[in-house]
Amino acid sequence: MSLLRVENVSKHFGSLVAVDGVSMIVEPGELRAVIGPNGAGKTTFFNLISGFLTQTSGKIIFEGEDISRLLPARRVWKGIARTFQITEVFPELTVRENLRIPVEVQAGYRTSPWLSADADGEIRARVTELLDMGGLGEKADRLVGELSHGDQRATEIMMALALKPRLLLLDEPTAGMGDQETYDITQLIRKLHRDQKLTIVLIEHDMRVVFHLADRIMVLAEGRTLAEGTPKEIAANEAVQAAYLGKAAA
Amino acid sequence: MPTNPTKLAGDLLVWLALLSAPFWLPRVGSYVELGTHVVVFALAATALNFLLGYTGVLSFGHAAYFGLGAYGTALTFKYLVPSTPVGILAGIVLGTVAAAIIGPMIARLRGVYFAMCTIAFGQVFYFIAFQWFSLTGGDDGVSGWHREPLHLGFADIDILNNSDAFYYFVLAVFAVCVGVMAFLLRSPFGRTLLAIRENERRARFLGIPVDRHIWMSWVISCFFVSIAGSLFALMNNFVDPRALRWDQSGTFVIMTVLGGMRSFWGPLIGAAIYLVLQDYISSHTENWMSFIGAFFVLIVLFFPRGVLGIIRRKAAT
Repeated sequence: MSLLRVENVSKHFGSLVAVDGVSMIVEPGELRAVIGPNGAGKTTFFNLISGFLTQTSGKIIFEGEDISRLLPARRVWKGIARTFQITEVFPELTVRENLRIPVEVQAGYRTSPWLSADADGEIRARVTELLDMGGLGEKADRLVGELSHGDQRATEIMMALALKPRLLLLDEPTAGMGDQETYDITQLIRKLHRDQKLTIVLIEHDMRVVFHLADRIMVLAEGRTLAEGTPKEIAANEAVQAAYLGKAAA
Repeated sequence: MPTNPTKLAGDLLVWLALLSAPFWLPRVGSYVELGTHVVVFALAATALNFLLGYTGVLSFGHAAYFGLGAYGTALTFKYLVPSTPVGILAGIVLGTVAAAIIGPMIARLRGVYFAMCTIAFGQVFYFIAFQWFSLTGGDDGVSGWHREPLHLGFADIDILNNSDAFYYFVLAVFAVCVGVMAFLLRSPFGRTLLAIRENERRARFLGIPVDRHIWMSWVISCFFVSIAGSLFALMNNFVDPRALRWDQSGTFVIMTVLGGMRSFWGPLIGAAIYLVLQDYISSHTENWMSFIGAFFVLIVLFFPRGVLGIIRRKAAT
């Protein structure tokens, strides 16, 4: 069974059609990149999957269940976690606290007024594990707002991972980063994909990152699917080249 | 979360000052009733701050639940049973049930819309208390009753005539309430509230149903503010509709912001400054509110984290 089936979804904002009948099937363990020129509807498409927006028409099926109308928090409970194009963290809390919150939510302690010593120990261990995995161990007790852009992004990815998702959505994970930071984040994503067998869908502008990471690529342009295939197929696709190089080249 | 020594020293200082207040207050030319007054309002402001400072939601209508707590207690004394515990319980139930019912209607609102709706609901209770003359005495308030001494089986505590005893009774209730609030804020549930304050979108996409948690924080906050209201009625042996009015809500907000809404003891410090200034200035001029207003504006302009924020910054440098 496919992990995620997006069936012919559209999103209209008044007369503007941001996403126009897009379908996508993601298999378990896959790393899928969604690319396209600015304004292609990539982020809107992500927002529909994660529940930040509700589609005008179409269906979203996750693990065989229609989640099209579920609120964002419920989709998280089903196993879909996401990051944002502009990093969304808790800036005035430490890295450790930032990670602790999703760990506790995931473990079912969302409304608990206290924790047993055992539960507390398990949560601390899990937080430490995530800190190490994200390379954030040394910065654990610093406020996230004081960290570099790359470290904030790593924190955000680890927060999403703390939810033990079965599908991770990353919206431009390397946006606004220098070469070294881009490399570090790319390595982190690759590690999650390879070692944790995590299914990932990511939006990305940096083609080096896309071709380095993705199993399959979907190209959106003007709200529609322009092409879909392996990195090789996409690189050879003339329509894609035209969309990226401009109409004149077509 | 490790407890740091400065914070522990601060806590110790606060409790020592509060516990010894009946001894030092008369020696600095004040009186213990002012201390009682401060502790009652400190409880209300700390309860407000549970929502404002730790959930990031501004209520401008907390006087409604403060006032309902006060009316619940006063009406119980006057019409049902003259018993301090029963009176307090009735006040808590009235205030908390009202908050729990109103909560779902406003928990989806944010910012100024939330604040406006809390004022509107607050004013509804104000006008009910004002108009329902046969029950509440309208503008004249609920008088002709007084709090009763506590009968604890092994001992009687005369909180009616002994003002030191009443101060310690209020302080004991305050201690339990702020203890519970501090405990909740250090729990997983408390951390979800911080998450909402820090970044609502992130909180929602970590699987926290934000509206429901805001509702819970609101009910908890109103529960404690209704206890403060009940103590307020006991303190005065009287309550009138001003306890419910929107300007009373404003007072709680001013106290909280004055002291520092990111500090647990901020509302206590704010309540103390506000009431001491009021007590001192109002004995010289009727326009005491303009002085407090000016002081408030200065604090907000130059020290947005309140008086405790200044002290913290000094300590950090």
